[in-house]
Amino acid sequence: MTLAAEIDQNGTSPEKLLAPVLSSFWDEPESWTLDTYRRHDGYEGLRKALAMSPDDLIAYVKDSGLRGRGGAGFPTGMKWQFIPQGDGKPHYLVVNADESEPGTCKDIPLLFANPHSLIEGIVIACYAIRSSHAFIYLRGEVVPVLRRLHEAVREAYEAGYLGTDILGSGLDLELTVHAGAGAYICGEETALLDSLEGRRGQPRLRPPFPAVAGLYACPTVVNNVESIASVPAILNKGKDWFKSMGSEKSPGFTLYSLSGHVTSPGQYEAPLGITLRQLLDMSGGIRAGHRLKFWTPGGSSTPMFTDEHLDVPLDYEGVGAAGSMLGTKALQCFDETTCVVRAVTRWTEFYAHESCGKCTPCREGTYWLVQLLRDIEAGNGQMADLDKLNDIADNINGKSFCALGDGAASPIFSSLKYFREEYEQHITGKGCPFDPARSTLWADDKDDKNAHRGVNA
Amino acid sequence: MTASNQEVSLGMPQLPAPAYPAEVLARLEADAKEVIARYPGSRSALLPLLHLVQSEEGYVSRTGMAFCADQLGLTTAEVTAVATFYTMYRRRPSGDYQVGVCTNTLCAVMGGDAIFDRLKDHLGVGNAETTDDGKVTLEHIECNAACDFAPVVMVNWEFFDNQTPESATRLVDDLIAGRTVEPTRGAPLCTYKETARILAGFPDERPGAVEASGGAGPASLAGLKLARGEAAPHARVVGQRGGAPQDAPQKGAEHLSSHARPSPDPHPSTSPFGAPDATQPTSASDPEHPAGPAAEEGE
Repeated sequence: MTLAAEIDQNGTSPEKLLAPVLSSFWDEPESWTLDTYRRHDGYEGLRKALAMSPDDLIAYVKDSGLRGRGGAGFPTGMKWQFIPQGDGKPHYLVVNADESEPGTCKDIPLLFANPHSLIEGIVIACYAIRSSHAFIYLRGEVVPVLRRLHEAVREAYEAGYLGTDILGSGLDLELTVHAGAGAYICGEETALLDSLEGRRGQPRLRPPFPAVAGLYACPTVVNNVESIASVPAILNKGKDWFKSMGSEKSPGFTLYSLSGHVTSPGQYEAPLGITLRQLLDMSGGIRAGHRLKFWTPGGSSTPMFTDEHLDVPLDYEGVGAAGSMLGTKALQCFDETTCVVRAVTRWTEFYAHESCGKCTPCREGTYWLVQLLRDIEAGNGQMADLDKLNDIADNINGKSFCALGDGAASPIFSSLKYFREEYEQHITGKGCPFDPARSTLWADDKDDKNAHRGVNA
Repeated sequence: MTASNQEVSLGMPQLPAPAYPAEVLARLEADAKEVIARYPGSRSALLPLLHLVQSEEGYVSRTGMAFCADQLGLTTAEVTAVATFYTMYRRRPSGDYQVGVCTNTLCAVMGGDAIFDRLKDHLGVGNAETTDDGKVTLEHIECNAACDFAPVVMVNWEFFDNQTPESATRLVDDLIAGRTVEPTRGAPLCTYKETARILAGFPDERPGAVEASGGAGPASLAGLKLARGEAAPHARVVGQRGGAPQDAPQKGAEHLSSHARPSPDPHPSTSPFGAPDATQPTSASDPEHPAGPAAEEGE
């Protein structure tokens, strides 16, 4: 019996459940080159787009139902439609490639293996919104990706996909690759724009929204890498093909990033709405001998889930209805060896470090959360601290200038909801009952029974 | 050469930063012109220009900031405000190789904390400190978008995936000894200054740099291989059963189902006390591949 047939008996045939589109040729020897991309229908979507009028193109992308893949899920075509036309101002497209949300690791492998899908999407989007200058704001800490983007942009200019009179359409487009300098907050679209203007990356008050006053106070679309990279396939294969995947409100394919205590961490491209159970079933499950304890559906800023949520459809509505957010589809899985207090403390230290300092609830709140959490983790906490944690998180959530504050509150609320007892254990037991050595990648390598003593924490 | 030893400021007014030597200035001005030309508004060039001055001195000095201010018509205060906001700009001389260990939650739990502790001991330095020979600056870093390759170590912002304390120790030893080091994903290492120049937007011109380390890493291909009916890409599943690859997915499914499905599960191995996997090859047991075993696990 073949592998496929055998798995199919469980109703989890990977061939049926997965849908590699952007990742479909990542295993080719030089997947990042223009030649390879062209062999896989590269820039065919652009030809079809240029045959349409810009307004029709916007309507087409809107009809496809494509929603932003950067976390918020805002309809991409609608974002394009918000750009005022005939206003006499330059329009800009800025691609948010500042992928920094803890757990999120989809745009970086995508750009490393297939950068031309983004460039083609950029040309299409700029034609639609009448922009003649686009930017890719790439986080700085990924030099291998920057190298390939530089090369892909060079190839695209040389082949006439960028520059003047693209494919004879009369469209002119400059594309600038811009490397950031290490600041999570620059993933927030208005902080990103300030950063791209050469300032500290701090969020702006909205309104006005970037569609009206974005980069250099001109109408600007800010889209995530994966959103833009998905557009060429929609044009090339059609919106009906796109809508045949996923659900009515969450159509299409997307990259799910499986990481942590799983047998096969990696990128799994599938129609929206697949469940974590299906992904784990087909990919080897949680690492051998262990059980899933908690996981995030879309990075650390999305409220955590437990094993109760294995069958939640991973689309915008499904995850939302279960009390979290689809976010970036960063499925970080932690098994029973992991201390939830340690995990949340570390995330909170991250938010405190990355808080831009502009608004008080986030700047001060994240600082105090860290103080309380460190005490609790070290066994110096008090029971009253748990309510205090909740209270501080409540004073950050919804009261901060941007979503970083809401993200910082998410792990606090959700971990207290599902694992309050574990916090209490740290307080009553005056310390952490977990052995961090058991959580490591190599914990189970040695046949060392001693390592498995005292696990029943 | 430049004002590099002013780590402690007592609030005393400082003399203006010394200028770059004439030939350095001429070279940087030409580069700066090219950078500024990429943007509709000149101030947008500030971040790349800060990378550029970092490529000259290995850190952002007062001289470097004054240069940026001059080029863009800004005050040094405006430039300093930006330079101090972003963590990639070093504010004092540091090592040729910046070794960053991810200690955000997922990598920390998967072993990043243990790796960082081991390296601190091994190198005798603390966070953000440099070895006496000026080779290695050690620091802990935040999530670097490679969670499916955890635990991750970055050297000069190239990926070293699936690290262990042993592999990371060998890595820094190689760096200090001047041996060629190749990342799991990325190009053979260049110095921090050369890396900063790429970040300023000047493509890496070394032959083979773009194609180095091949296409996507093994974890990136996990879903694609499954969708094609190929085995789950990680050797551990196969090795564990000692059988054919097709056993693998069901094995995992059993583990998952043990606690999540309503039906009772008869498999004793689903207990958290189950037999440890003694056969899985990792970099800890694979001295052939000190930089990371990821490519081997894929087969």
